[in-house]
Amino acid sequence: MIDLLTNSAFVILAISFVLCSYRLLAGPTLPDRVVAIDTITTIIIAMIAVYCMKEGSAIFYDAILVLSILGFVGTVSMAKFLARGGKIFDQ
Amino acid sequence: MISEVLTIIFLVLGLFFILTGCLGLYRMPDVFCRMHATSKATTLGLVFILMASFVHLGFSSVGLKAILAIVFAFLTAPVGAHLISRAAYQRGVKLHDRSVTDALSARYPEKTNADQIRDQD
Repeated sequence: MIDLLTNSAFVILAISFVLCSYRLLAGPTLPDRVVAIDTITTIIIAMIAVYCMKEGSAIFYDAILVLSILGFVGTVSMAKFLARGGKIFDQ
Repeated sequence: MISEVLTIIFLVLGLFFILTGCLGLYRMPDVFCRMHATSKATTLGLVFILMASFVHLGFSSVGLKAILAIVFAFLTAPVGAHLISRAAYQRGVKLHDRSVTDALSARYPEKTNADQIRDQD
């Protein structure tokens, strides 16, 4: 039961990944792409958690922590970059 | 037995929320609408999946890491979403045509978002 559920969980997460990749490729503005990358990071974290659940091991939980920290730092730095390029701070 | 049932319930709930958030990212017409649809739903789905993994693997050293990841996701996801949407507004990303209000327009008098909406009215 758990095995079937984790296999279908990978399928559903892959469908979500495809939707986010569409927004990453075709997003009209740059913040759209940043949101898509942030969501893709979340999906990858969920994939690692499901994989740990399927294998019954816990060696990838450090990867979950590192990936969440990296995603947060990347999002914040990208937001700072976007805001500094705007019209408010040019004067 | 009960841990297996809890694992299945948490996993199904998490997958539902993540898929719904990504559908919102795919379908919504605006950066702010996409942010609004995606960030909260995806964070809740991730927390549910981490809870399922925590219940399935049991109380051990893994449990602390799962709780830590849950707390970190709850702390960082709203901050990141707020920063990106604020940067998008400062950058001058247009609101959708059918947006009815722009509460930030009084604080950014140089911005063109409010002017566009007012001209369309």
